[in-house]
Amino acid sequence: MNTAIRFVALVLLAAFLAACARDVREEPTAPEPPPPRPAPVEEVDRVDPRDFTDARNLDNPDSLLSQRTIYFEFDRSNVRAQFRPIIDAHAAYIRANPSARVILEGHADERGSREYNLGLGERRGNAVEQPMQAGGVSGRQIEVVSYGEERPVCRDSSEDCWQRNRRVEIVYTAR
Amino acid sequence: MVSALRAVALTGLMLLPLLASAQLRIEIIDGVEGAMPIAVVPFAWESQMPEPASPVHEIISANLARSGLFEPMAEDEMIERPIRPPEVRFGSWRLLRVDHIVIGRVIDAADGIGQEIEYHLLDVHSGRILLSQALPVAPGDLRFGAHRVTDAVYEALIGVPGAFATRIAYVVVTDIGGPDELFELVVADADGFNPQTVVRNTQPLLSPAWAPDGRRLAYVSFATGRSNVIVQDLFTGQTEVVSSSPGINGAPAWSPDGRRLAVSLSRGGSPDIWVIDLDSRAHQQLTHHWSINTEPAWSPDGNRIYFTSDRAGRPQIHVMDVDGTGLERVTWEGNYNARASIGLEERYLAVVYSEGDNDFRIAIHDRETERLRVLSNGRLDESPSFAPNGSMVLYGSRENGRGVLAAVSADGRIRQRLVDSEGDVREPAWSPILR
Repeated sequence: MNTAIRFVALVLLAAFLAACARDVREEPTAPEPPPPRPAPVEEVDRVDPRDFTDARNLDNPDSLLSQRTIYFEFDRSNVRAQFRPIIDAHAAYIRANPSARVILEGHADERGSREYNLGLGERRGNAVEQPMQAGGVSGRQIEVVSYGEERPVCRDSSEDCWQRNRRVEIVYTAR
Repeated sequence: MVSALRAVALTGLMLLPLLASAQLRIEIIDGVEGAMPIAVVPFAWESQMPEPASPVHEIISANLARSGLFEPMAEDEMIERPIRPPEVRFGSWRLLRVDHIVIGRVIDAADGIGQEIEYHLLDVHSGRILLSQALPVAPGDLRFGAHRVTDAVYEALIGVPGAFATRIAYVVVTDIGGPDELFELVVADADGFNPQTVVRNTQPLLSPAWAPDGRRLAYVSFATGRSNVIVQDLFTGQTEVVSSSPGINGAPAWSPDGRRLAVSLSRGGSPDIWVIDLDSRAHQQLTHHWSINTEPAWSPDGNRIYFTSDRAGRPQIHVMDVDGTGLERVTWEGNYNARASIGLEERYLAVVYSEGDNDFRIAIHDRETERLRVLSNGRLDESPSFAPNGSMVLYGSRENGRGVLAAVSADGRIRQRLVDSEGDVREPAWSPILR
């Protein structure tokens, strides 16, 4: 048991450090957020990562529930097939947890006009919300908020960076 | 007297003494070949007050140079320093190859309140006096007085009113992406001086829009985590949330009478153009379409509203009557035309234009010829805003990964860059002419 705890802690630490390393390269001046509080560690090893009703999977890197970002093509808002399983996993979680509340943050890359990009970000948020609602999630549990191009994750004017900014982030305000 | 008081109330220092901000530095990139040679002779200081660090004639001279249309003579090349018209020896100025000279003095106002700028514009070749005026200025308001003098000189020689006695609003972001990221909405004189922070926020601010009276600004704030449309009085500092409905509240634009705001609201499921009556708060929905409809801009007569819509697939400028009828697509060239700013006459629209989604540039669409002319040469140019006299277009650009402001004359010949030493500058809006 002790080794299991240690292992999971190490995995989380490694994941966190990897995230740090990526952030540091992108924005050398940004200090790091405090490390995420590990989920109740003693039970993680017994969680089935495909159980999308279990809150512990939100922090389990082996589970689709730990993935919270859907990416889009330029000036498009259709959800590409490879992201559909992530949306379905969260839909299953939210449906099973009536107290869960989610904000779908819609974002756009820096190209084009800012107000149009607000519309585009919202359209992307709606494109993630719709299959969730079709999957039985209550509208009261989800809200779409568009930030347009105002909250980028990176700031290079390159396609590599732009595609990381064209996204919807699934943000849990209550689990 | 009433109009004099109004003029005083609307100028420089009456603006709330808010937080000072870093000043924009204006660099001229391109001027006009054969710009008009002019001499602004040092004005005599005949006031009892201490002379300010930037004398009136220096401000006038810098203004004229910045316009790109004039080539003011350096002060140390002036052999004579006339103050009144009879003192001008035109022959000497002809030898110096100057077309016009501006002379004058600053005196204390007869009533003891403030000063007067007494100035004369003379044609060196004909020997005629083209302008002769005494302009009253409120205490501490000489800079704005110098801008008004420049406006008059510019109009006398160019034939259209100047836009020097104006302000610009813009957003500065400091510590961008960092822990202390800060968005500031700043208002400064059109020459970058006297910058003052109107509002600062850790959440995004965008889309400032001047009321026609020049004393209120509408803008979009994410202070609550959601987009809201705010109206702020620059003199009292009072703010009002005008729109905070579910979804997007964005793209405010004042009607020419200053009584209504056109906005883009997505409370119906997708962004549509609405008009809010500021007195009654009555909302009227003008577009009803599943597409993105945003960035409204009023025609000068207030009868039509231009806006961006991607109802045809990609964003293009459309226009409709103010009751929502008579919809018409305006732009056809290129696959991206957005954020229209309307020129002095409704004929010219400045837009964000792209041909292949790689370069976004400022272009002017001519409604009469249906032709589009690209004015800027950046890759990520955005947010065009016409000067109130239609001479220049101010816009946001990027240089070496930093946001800067740039301005280009409507004919594309004159280029300026406005740089903030500390932050990323964006979202410019040029004020109306402040009377």
